[in-house]
Amino acid sequence: MGSHGIRDRVAIVGMGCTQFGEHWDKSTDDLLVEAAASASASAGIGLADIDAFWLGTMGSGVSGLTLSKPLRLANKPVTRLENMCATGSESLRNACYAVASGAYDTVMAIGVEKLKDSGYSGLVGSNPPGAGDDGRGDTTAPANFSLLAPAYAEKYGVDPVQMKEVLTRIAWKNHQNGAKNSRAQFRKEVAKEVISSSPTVAGMLGIFDCSGVSDGSAAAVVVRAEDAYRYADKPLFVKALSMVAGPADGLADPGYDFTTFPEVVASARDAYQQAGITDPRAELALAEVHDCFTPTELVLMEDLGFAERGQGWKDVLAGRFDLDGDLPVNPDGGLKAFGHPIGASGLRMMFEAWLQLRHEAPEQRTVRTVGGGRSQALTHNLGGGPGECVSFVSVVGTERAA
Amino acid sequence: MGGLVGYGAYIPYYLLERGRIAGVLGSGGGRGTRSVAAYDEDTTSMAVAAGRAALAGTDPQARRDAVRQLFFATTIPAYADKTNATAVHAALRLPADALAVDMVGAVRSGVGALVAAAQSPVPSMAVLADIRTGLPGGSDERDGGDGAAAFVFGGDGGMPVLAELIGQASATAEFLERWRSPGAAASAVWEERFGEQAYAPLADAAISDALKRASLTPGQVDHLIVAGLPARAVRGAARTAGVRPEAIVDTRATSIGNAGTAQPGILLADVLDRAAADQTVLLVVLADGVSALILRTTAALAARRPPQPVAAQIAAASSALDYATFLSWRGFLDREPPRRPDPDRVAAPPAQRRADWKFGLVASTCTRCGTRSLPPNRVCQACHAVDEMVPEPLADVPASVATYTVDRLAYTPSPPVLTVVLDFDGGGRMRCQLTDAVPDEVRIGLRVEMTFRRLVTAGGVHNYFWKARPIRGAGGPQAV
Repeated sequence: MGSHGIRDRVAIVGMGCTQFGEHWDKSTDDLLVEAAASASASAGIGLADIDAFWLGTMGSGVSGLTLSKPLRLANKPVTRLENMCATGSESLRNACYAVASGAYDTVMAIGVEKLKDSGYSGLVGSNPPGAGDDGRGDTTAPANFSLLAPAYAEKYGVDPVQMKEVLTRIAWKNHQNGAKNSRAQFRKEVAKEVISSSPTVAGMLGIFDCSGVSDGSAAAVVVRAEDAYRYADKPLFVKALSMVAGPADGLADPGYDFTTFPEVVASARDAYQQAGITDPRAELALAEVHDCFTPTELVLMEDLGFAERGQGWKDVLAGRFDLDGDLPVNPDGGLKAFGHPIGASGLRMMFEAWLQLRHEAPEQRTVRTVGGGRSQALTHNLGGGPGECVSFVSVVGTERAA
Repeated sequence: MGGLVGYGAYIPYYLLERGRIAGVLGSGGGRGTRSVAAYDEDTTSMAVAAGRAALAGTDPQARRDAVRQLFFATTIPAYADKTNATAVHAALRLPADALAVDMVGAVRSGVGALVAAAQSPVPSMAVLADIRTGLPGGSDERDGGDGAAAFVFGGDGGMPVLAELIGQASATAEFLERWRSPGAAASAVWEERFGEQAYAPLADAAISDALKRASLTPGQVDHLIVAGLPARAVRGAARTAGVRPEAIVDTRATSIGNAGTAQPGILLADVLDRAAADQTVLLVVLADGVSALILRTTAALAARRPPQPVAAQIAAASSALDYATFLSWRGFLDREPPRRPDPDRVAAPPAQRRADWKFGLVASTCTRCGTRSLPPNRVCQACHAVDEMVPEPLADVPASVATYTVDRLAYTPSPPVLTVVLDFDGGGRMRCQLTDAVPDEVRIGLRVEMTFRRLVTAGGVHNYFWKARPIRGAGGPQAV
């Protein structure tokens, strides 16, 4: 047994991504049509040329009909899947495996979420009937992730004021990046004082420590690596795809200390092995990570191996993950500024890798690491929370190993 | 007659200063404080708290297993049609083959449950709980109180007797003194002087009958408790009972108010908390008639008192509650709810399947490696053994806060939610809410105990589950 990956066996040859935001004037159908059409157009094909589809959505529709109906797909295989906030990445992973298996030539992974129709701020899930005895539903997402901040600060001796500064800088950086992104939900820079003094939501977290709640869709066209240049001058070869679901014992095991996501560590280890990466900090040109809340991004820097344990906060303050830092993280603004339409987010991250590695990102947010000879990007997508989560890590690159 | 083998009372953490009523309404209120059930408490949850106190101490399991009957009395049942005593029975982990029934509706049910349990030939438990209030600014709001008390009588169960029931008498008559339509927010009362004349002869009759049966004279009574909502009649009965003046027990009206159905129980517990061995306690209850019970304490009492006496609970309570919050908790002030979807209604089948955990906080322990699983799980989180678990009751195990957060977004009738991750002494972790505390009090290492609460009500279904609350001693919350 073993995880072998499908390094360089499939490639992304076309992508599309809608603007993320409060789309009062667009339905789930509208968003799907827009993302699917632009992705297939970017690959130079029509929707009819696509053999199979994987649709990721957490709560905006069930079954393959959610996609086949608006696109009027004629009896094509459409799989609808869900893996919490990592749903978009899960659709890509399954689509890639279908091509690698030889079952299909050309497939599409597409993710969508329509969050702003519920009338509530934030994610509104519907759970299966329960006994009301497991704390489910009585803790909100910001409260859940806010548990990371005091635990990290206590373990590594960061005082609360400094900790708030670190979190604020993460939000500030992502808003700086989002301001340079025409597809982002929030396209304005936000002053650090505004971020740090925003109304408290949970624990140390203010409103500006939380990602944007938005509507949006993103899609990718995947083909066999050997066919890739027929569709794109510069395809993205898939180097690694790793998805793990944790044992959910962090809220049951007194050994868990809320300063790490063991699931992320495991999925990163698997992905680096698949991609042959030994020094992610030096080898990756950029990373798109799941910054649902600011402390998440901090902890991810260590879990993904971008910073030493207990040192991530210093690297954040030093600007190492800034657009012009030595490993730019979330150059598109991340969940924080780009917004977080659940099912679309994993593919939106891939869209930024698609733009940056192929030199198609707008001038003002082009990361210089790509020009510096690095040709691989990482996306990281997470669902759940500290102690109970699923984690996805991918590595893609423009160079196919000989 | 049977003997008392266990007792306990529960006074909620919150006290309302009566002066705050006038501060808002411009008039009314008065001196002192009254006890107030929190937003997450009801008569069922308070009954559980009192019941746990009555079963605590040595051999709790033996006492639980001995109980054959549970009588639950209140005027404010959480449910109609559905029995409320079954939730109390489940939370107290009483035997499956015990009887559990409600005696609800009237204040008199309290003493009724007490008499029924005391006179039963099998070990029986009476649990009395009430939430008393009335329209804002009124005397029922001011003078009322919330709380619960529980008593276990041994029948012929062979458990050490703390007090023997040596006399009991009742007098009953039909008259309209206090009444309330089911579901109404407040009671109505006839003129107090009318009540006084109706009760006086009934009290005389019940007291003298009970003393006669116990072969006692009034002068031999060491503690006289006169309980009841008709204040004027209660004072009159105490005055004319013929006991020594110093035997008349303070009803703690100025600190906790009058908890109606539960009042006789709370006051009896309060007396038992301090009574010496071989003393005589006369309990007289005025409620649509009069009942009198006479108990004689034994030498076993001193060693088997509940962990938290009534006086200590009052001393540890907080009077920081403001009147507007009190009004919103009692449903007299509708506040804007958080902009969050309504919580899900508890589903009956999963609640039934997990009743031991949900109501009894019974987790599981792996027999292979000793690791505790909360909630109970079939696969061990540590050694992954399958189906090698045994039940592990945790309700009475203290815990420490491992980490916490203050959730200002979550749905709750009284924001913000304090979310804590607990590590139990001896192992096991769970995430739950911290109650009876304010954000400034929560910190890593805070010592907590588990408390059975009503989390929310959705779709007409109450969600009962456990929360943590700070262990409060004389010096405030404890930390490791």
